[in-house]
Order: sequence, then structure tokens, then C-alpha cells
Amino acid sequence: MSAIDFSTTFGNAWFPSPIFTASGCASSGKELSQFFDLKDIGAVVTKSIMNKERLGRPTPRMAETPSGMLNSIGLQGPGIDVFLEKDVPWLVAQKARIVVSIAGETVEEYSTLARKLRSVAGISAIEVNISCPNVENRGLVFACDPDASRRVIDGVRRTIGGELPIIAKLSPDVTDLVSIARGVVDAGADGLALINTVLGMVINLDTMRPHLGGKTGGLSGPAIRPIAVRAIYQVHAALPKVPILGMGGVASGRDALELIVAGASGVSIGTASFGNPTAIPQIQNELKKLLEEKGFTQLKDAIGYAHREEQSHE
Amino acid sequence: MAAINKNAAQLQATIVGNKLVGQYHQILISVGDLINVCKPGNFVAISVGGPSSKMVLRRAFAISRVSHSSSFGGTMELIVAPFGQGSKWLCSLPEGSEVDIVAPLGTAFGIPTEPVQALLVGGGYGSAPLFGLAEVLKSRGCRVDMLLGASTSSKIYAPMEGKRSVNSLRIYTEDGSMGHTGRVTEPIPELISDLGIGVIYSCGPMAMLAAISAITKDTDVVHQCAVEESMACGIGICMTCVLPLRNADNSISMVRSCIDGPVMDGADVMWDLVGKNPLVQQ
Repeated sequence: MSAIDFSTTFGNAWFPSPIFTASGCASSGKELSQFFDLKDIGAVVTKSIMNKERLGRPTPRMAETPSGMLNSIGLQGPGIDVFLEKDVPWLVAQKARIVVSIAGETVEEYSTLARKLRSVAGISAIEVNISCPNVENRGLVFACDPDASRRVIDGVRRTIGGELPIIAKLSPDVTDLVSIARGVVDAGADGLALINTVLGMVINLDTMRPHLGGKTGGLSGPAIRPIAVRAIYQVHAALPKVPILGMGGVASGRDALELIVAGASGVSIGTASFGNPTAIPQIQNELKKLLEEKGFTQLKDAIGYAHREEQSHE
Repeated sequence: MAAINKNAAQLQATIVGNKLVGQYHQILISVGDLINVCKPGNFVAISVGGPSSKMVLRRAFAISRVSHSSSFGGTMELIVAPFGQGSKWLCSLPEGSEVDIVAPLGTAFGIPTEPVQALLVGGGYGSAPLFGLAEVLKSRGCRVDMLLGASTSSKIYAPMEGKRSVNSLRIYTEDGSMGHTGRVTEPIPELISDLGIGVIYSCGPMAMLAAISAITKDTDVVHQCAVEESMACGIGICMTCVLPLRNADNSISMVRSCIDGPVMDGADVMWDLVGKNPLVQQ
């Protein structure tokens, strides 16, 4: 019914809608497909996959917090080989657009993952998750170190060649986000995913110890949305040509539009899906309606709209 | 192609009953034809706190029974302990309130094809789904004996109509305020040999489920338990509710208690690794 051009792009990848799942919040898609058709949304961003199977952190792995939650999963997953054998073909059969998220413990692991993905058909882009907070050694959070971030992206770019768009997922838990963003773009990232969860902790007052098995966890949900809006706004101001996949507490079309006008070309939905399995199609419909109400004829015009120059009053 | 939770639906449903039973609320929700796909062991996930709630996650409740009434059509019954913020909010809702539900979710208790001697063991309000299960087992010609336990009498959930669906019911409280004094697991070894129990169905605290698994270990008794691990989504996407399971090749998998459970084979669960780092213990 709508005449609005809702499509978006990341590098050479085209998506009919800017609303994606968020990595780690949709598993590999099967679970949500009971509630909506995966081909009807922009893309499925799969849970960050590592080279080998990983069991993750001990339970409890979650704590609800005001307007949010902490999670401490620790990148549990079957490993890239099983993932490519089972999950990717299934998603391809659903006609879903696929963004594969990868995570590694070393620069070399990221390159290995990139090599295994290089010739896989049906993938639109790669998200390089260099900012998972739930690792044993905080030194492994590459995105907190400008040099390590660059080396990971450089390795992936060299391995994958020029074809597949690379989206680097960054952490907001840094002093100078813009310099890290600039570094990974210089190293070959086509886009940026902002933001990963914010490191947090809850203490259980019955045991008088940290509640989560992994002690610390990543804070997500509406509680962190203003941090996401700020991060996207700052990075878009500095790097206006670099597409941003925005995420952080989006639970409505209104929230999605806020990230878009701050500078996001696409918006991932994470924690909202935990509370509502049909959140993604609902948010997508709300966003489309809202854009029309605001008078936009194409999504592209709304991206970064909050940065437009002040109108002079004559 | 979707094989996970293939009967699950999300709907706005009306609360048609909310009454206090001991320390618990018996909540009745009108869900129409959805009752036809709800099986004992399945659970429902409910949004709590209303549209401006700061509680972003659903709350999961075992479906204790489904029935059909002339005035409300298909209804599901939940037994809710008003302990946390979300369950308190749900228990405060008057009849006629609308709630956003997703159901039925998760695995169900396996029903034997041949009549067997079944022992049902419930801890606290974990007994709730066992009464609906008892009715199904009885209709299949099984003998059904039940043990209920709790720390104290007010935490025992044993409705009158439920008592009629079992051949025998024994209650244990740790403080002796109702029934026998002691833990509900104490009489199990004797009952297994005296009654020739073929399968134990259990629902309650994890420590109770672990204790039953220890008893049935190295016996032929099958132990189907409904596990409880804190979960964020209830539909298999968040990976928070995992439990360590031993695979056939002795390797460990961390499986989701929401979609690979809540009903699991107690013999597969590595109870001593729950809450621990499975890699360190391997």
C-alpha cells in the first residue's frame, strides 16, 4: 500500500527494510519463524559464531533490571562448521537476507572465520563482533583497543576480499568511540554496528555476591537507548558516509526513527524480541507509518536528519 | 518448516478467574481453541506491568490445567505465587483484564503408550501441572500415586478436585505443619519397590529434581522432570536458561530449558554442573 521507499544499503548489500534482528537476540532465526516470516524483515543477523563449539558461561545468565536486562551468555554456539552446514542453508531456504556475525578470541580466529565464509552463497554481509563484553579477559574486547580493532578488521578484509560488506560491531564502553570507529573504517570496514551492550553488574542481596554466574553482564533494553542515540549521533557526525546499523533498546517504531535520524541506516531489534516475539514486524510497521506521517518519501532522507543545518529565519 | 513451538500463538486473552488458594493465586485465562494444543508440562509466557512497564521480560508459568466451560470457552489455569514484581502484578489483576500471552511453549510430559505405575512428585506450587497430568495418566489406565512436599503447610498446593484424580496422595512438610514430617523425596526408594513404579514425573525446585535423579540413577525407573532456570525470552532466542546435558557420546551440551524443556529426562541432566562452568568441570 505504501509508496515509501523503505530500502537501505550497507556497502554493496541492499535490504528491502532497515529493520534487522540483533545478533545474539534471534539465535539463527528458526525460533522466531513460528511468529513471523523471516523474509519480511530487512535481515536476520545471526548469533555471533566462533570457530569452535563453545558452551558459554555458567547460569544464572540473566537479570532483569529497570527497563532492561543484563545477560552473560559468553558466546555459546555450535561453531562455524555446524552453523554453515545447518543454519545458513535453512535461512537461505526461508529467503531471508542473512548477516553472519562472527566473534573470535584472536585476530587469527577472525581471519579463519572470514575464510570459511568467503565462498558461502546467500550471505549479504558480515558483522564482525569485536565488542562482546562477556569474555573472561576484558583484554579480549578488541573494540576497547583502537589498534586491536584495526588489526581484526584488516585481517578480515584481507581474507574476504572486496566482495562482502563488513560491519564492525563496537562497544560504547570506550573513551573515544569516534577514533575507534575511524580506525576500523580505515582498516576496511564498510559499516559500523552501534552499540553492543554496556557492561554492568547486579548483586544478589540474598547471597551478597554478584548475581550472574559470569559476575558481569551486558546491559540491554530501553535503559541504554540514549547511549545508543548518542553514539550513533557522534559517529555519524564524524563519518557521515559510513552506514551505521543502530541498536540499543529499540522497542517501537518511534525508537527506531530516533536512531535513524541520529544517523543509522538500519536498526537491529534485540531485547524487545525477548519480551515480544512479534516485536520486529510490529516495529517495522510502526516505523513505516511514522516516516509517512513525517512526510518522508524514502528512508534514505531520514538517515541522519537530526544533523541537518539550522534553518535561517528571514 | 518451523519445528520449534509449532503450536505457539501470541494473543490478547482475558482473565476470567483470579482467586486466592492458600498462598497462591489460581488464575483462569480464556484462550479459546488454544487449549486443544496445550499439554501437561507446557508453559505460557505473559507480559507483565502494562504498556508503560519497566519490566521488559515476560514471566513464564506452567499451565496447570486446561478445561472447557460453557461460559468462557477454553480456559487455562495457572497457579501463581505472588513473590516477584511481575507475578504480584499478575495476581493483582481483576477478572476481565486483558493480558498478552504466548502459549503453549516448551516440551510436555511424555505419556506412556502402555499403562504403567506412575509416581508424581511436586514441590511447593510445582504440584500445579501434576494434577492435569494425573487426569491424563488415569485416562490411559495408569495407576497414579502422588507425593507433595514443601517447607510448610501454606506452601502446599493440593486442591480438592485434584485429590480425586490420583490413587493416593501423601504430603510432606519440613516443619511438620501438614502431613508427614520430612522431605518429599524420603519415601521414594520404598515406593519404587513397593508399588513397582515405572515412571516418576516431577516438578518443583531444582534441588528436589536432582535428589530424585540421584534415586532413580542405576534403576529402570524413568524420571521426567520439569526444570526451572531463569529465562529471558521463553522461546529459545536468548540462551540464558541453559542446563548442562550429557550426550550419548559423553560430551556436554548446554541446552535451553525453554525449548528443550521444561520437561527433560532427569538422567540426562548433569545436576552437579548446574550453575557451574561446564568447561572447567569437563
